[in-house]
Amino acid sequence: MPVWLTDSEYRSLSAACDRMIPPGDGRPGAADAGVPDYIDHLLGAFCFDPPRIWAGGPVSGRHGGEPGFGDFHRLGPLDELAWRMRIEGSSGHPEREFNGPVVGLQQRFRDGLAALGADFCDVTPEEQDARLRRDPEFGALVYRHACEGMYGAPEYGGNRDGAGWRAIGFAGDVQPRGWSDDEVSRP
Amino acid sequence: MTVDAVIVGSGPGGSTAADILTAAGWTVVVFEKGRNHLLDPDDLTRPAAEFSNDEIKFLHRHFLGPDPLVEPRTFRTHTGDGDRIHVGEVNSIPSTVGGGGTHADGKVPRFRPDDFALASTYGPQEGADVADWPLSYDDLEPYYAEVERSIGVAGLAGSNPFAGPRSTPFPMPPGPPMYGALLSTAAAERLGYHPYPAPTAANSVPYDGRPACNNCGFCARFGCPIHAKGDPVAMLRRAMATGRAELRAETFVSAIRFRGSRATGVTFVGPDGVEHTMGARAVVLAAGAVESPRLLLLSGLAHPLVGRYLMTHFQTAAVGALPRPLHADRGRTVTHLHDDMLVGDHASAAAAAAGGLPWMRGGMVEHGGAAMPVLEAQRYPWGEAHWEGMLDSPIRRRLWVLTMQGEDLASPTNTVDLDPGIRDARGFPVARITYRPHRHELVASAHYGPRLTAILEEMGAEWTLVATSPGLASGRGETSVAIPESRHVMGTLRMGSDPETSVVDAAGRLHRFENVVVADSSVFPSSSGYGPTLTLAALAARAAHLMAGTGPASPPPPEAVTGPTPINLGRARTPL
Ligand SMILES: Cc1cc2nc3c(=O)[nH]c(=O)nc-3n(C[C@H](O)[C@H](O)[C@H](O)COP(=O)(O)OP(=O)(O)OC[C@H]3O[C@@H](n4cnc5c(N)ncnc54)[C@H](O)[C@@H]3O)c2cc1C
Ligand code: SF4
Repeated sequence: MPVWLTDSEYRSLSAACDRMIPPGDGRPGAADAGVPDYIDHLLGAFCFDPPRIWAGGPVSGRHGGEPGFGDFHRLGPLDELAWRMRIEGSSGHPEREFNGPVVGLQQRFRDGLAALGADFCDVTPEEQDARLRRDPEFGALVYRHACEGMYGAPEYGGNRDGAGWRAIGFAGDVQPRGWSDDEVSRP
Repeated sequence: MTVDAVIVGSGPGGSTAADILTAAGWTVVVFEKGRNHLLDPDDLTRPAAEFSNDEIKFLHRHFLGPDPLVEPRTFRTHTGDGDRIHVGEVNSIPSTVGGGGTHADGKVPRFRPDDFALASTYGPQEGADVADWPLSYDDLEPYYAEVERSIGVAGLAGSNPFAGPRSTPFPMPPGPPMYGALLSTAAAERLGYHPYPAPTAANSVPYDGRPACNNCGFCARFGCPIHAKGDPVAMLRRAMATGRAELRAETFVSAIRFRGSRATGVTFVGPDGVEHTMGARAVVLAAGAVESPRLLLLSGLAHPLVGRYLMTHFQTAAVGALPRPLHADRGRTVTHLHDDMLVGDHASAAAAAAGGLPWMRGGMVEHGGAAMPVLEAQRYPWGEAHWEGMLDSPIRRRLWVLTMQGEDLASPTNTVDLDPGIRDARGFPVARITYRPHRHELVASAHYGPRLTAILEEMGAEWTLVATSPGLASGRGETSVAIPESRHVMGTLRMGSDPETSVVDAAGRLHRFENVVVADSSVFPSSSGYGPTLTLAALAARAAHLMAGTGPASPPPPEAVTGPTPINLGRARTPL
């Protein structure tokens, strides 16, 4: 169940992300790795308390220590203003329009997904690619966030069980273990 | 309420001043517009547990601020561009308790003696105002030594043949070299250069109650989860431990208040969004080289020299991919430097002459590499090409980078002023940066770029390229390449003995208001080609000692600086 997207938007987004980071050769595609959830959790960050913007610290527990990433930070008043502007846009709130109106990520994703067409999940992969390239700005927006979801910390909803990191041989957050001096200096 | 000193900004400059003034018995209030993620809110003498190896929060979600949506800056290359050509992020250094010290990877070399005497050593340059500093390396040396101890710097005395004389060894030995740096320094040595372990503000051994760096690799642009980086957590904790410092985070100083020839205090906007005032016997301005002139302008102190001579470093980065993995994602971001290109030789003198310049200087060269995986992925096209990129991974696993931080001459047309139309979320006009490089930087970059590339080729690179910041190919209107990316920001409140040509005196005091002391890199008359942080901290230390009538502390016995590690690695505290 998506948090903010509708079910059909979520399906289109999953298909789009899978064209950008496709599955194959035993590697997960973006959808399997939870990338659509990463994006949905960002768009719906304020459905959570505290909002899911900044994961906690200092360690995730994946390399020892007590897991703290799951305790998302509380936002200060200015942080909340910034992130509501970024996600929801100014939406006519005068306190968000001190330098003019701002279009939020929610609207950009909603409009962009709608423009892919209601049949986006059913057309051929070639046609999907063509539609994604039709609006390069939206394509870049999806890809930028898909990369975040694929290789960001799993606590943000993507990179499920570290699948993205495993696929590229990246150890992820290594604190508190770190690397030994030998591991730094030897080939 | 009147305190001994109000300190504006909690970065390396403000924290150093807080440390020294509180040690001298002064009561201080440190105002910081950003949030506190550095010190434990329940006990400000302990580091917090909020930093983490998290690429999303640090690199993609503005955790350390400033968020450009609520605190933008504006940019133009010259007045002919109109009011501005860009609104958003410009040269921003974190706005948070600890300032840029929290996420810098902390290469902290000293300047060299000739950096303090640029005009008398080298002479003038057309289109720039080349100046000597009103103090010498020897004047600053005891303070360099003091801040190396107070921050905790690891390095090897004698390893850099071009370094100025030192009265003390480094407090710690250098940390482990990156594998890639072993290859690139060997290649540089074969070509006649003199690389050395970068003096670094990260513990190589337990020091000052904080642990040794464990090489996690999430270093530049990340807060250190174990607080092995000393700058500025070391100074702030010590100031807090005296009981004479108060920290006010999320509090924006909107004006310094003046009466006659003195400042009487500050006006500030707290987290409640309401304006308040506080009286102070002295004001220490340490808001950074962009925000400090902005605050003086917001305070009504319009003067032709306030905000003038903004300098960054002209960055020339030679990038090369090696045939084998270098795992530059382990360890600190940069472990070695060489200074040959700042010092110059016959070839650079000839290149200067051919470029129509009387002289030129490059900068220190950083040996480092590698990007984080999200940043890497975003550089590749989508589709199957995504996997081709990520699996071969030239950018993350095989890349090596030599970055020259080129000396930037002080041009009178490079400035910080108040943007006439753009405001921050609190309603105050934002800083506008007007900047373009002088021909000196372009000639130096063109000369040294191929020489950096030659080192990468000697190292065995498969391919190389040279990128600069600001970009060289920037056409008009291509704002994304024209904005300098260097986070070394200097100038803007020039130090000098003559009030006609400078804003502050050799003690860091405003010529016009003797109880206002500037303690950040705003005061630099020239930029050298070294990271500014140790020098600005040494200047802040000197200014604070002169205010308090004290002198630099002598080295403490070794057992006083090593010791247990009272750092909480358990659950993060979520402040209420
Ligand atoms: C990724 C990165 C790597 C770096 N690496 C190096 C390096 O290796 N070596 C080096 O020498 N330098 C490095 N730097 C630069 C270094 O961070 C700065 O030189 C240093 O932080 C400057 O210190 P400062 O105290 O002058 O100002 P800052 O660190 O900028 O601190 C100023 C503080 O004042 C606050 N402030 C501003 N205005 C107000 C106001 N009106 N009211 C209240 N608070 C205010 C700001 O929020 C900020 O926290 C790096 C920077 C970055 C971004
Ligand atoms: S590499 Fe070392 S100093 Fe840098 S963040 Fe990791 S532990 Fe801290």
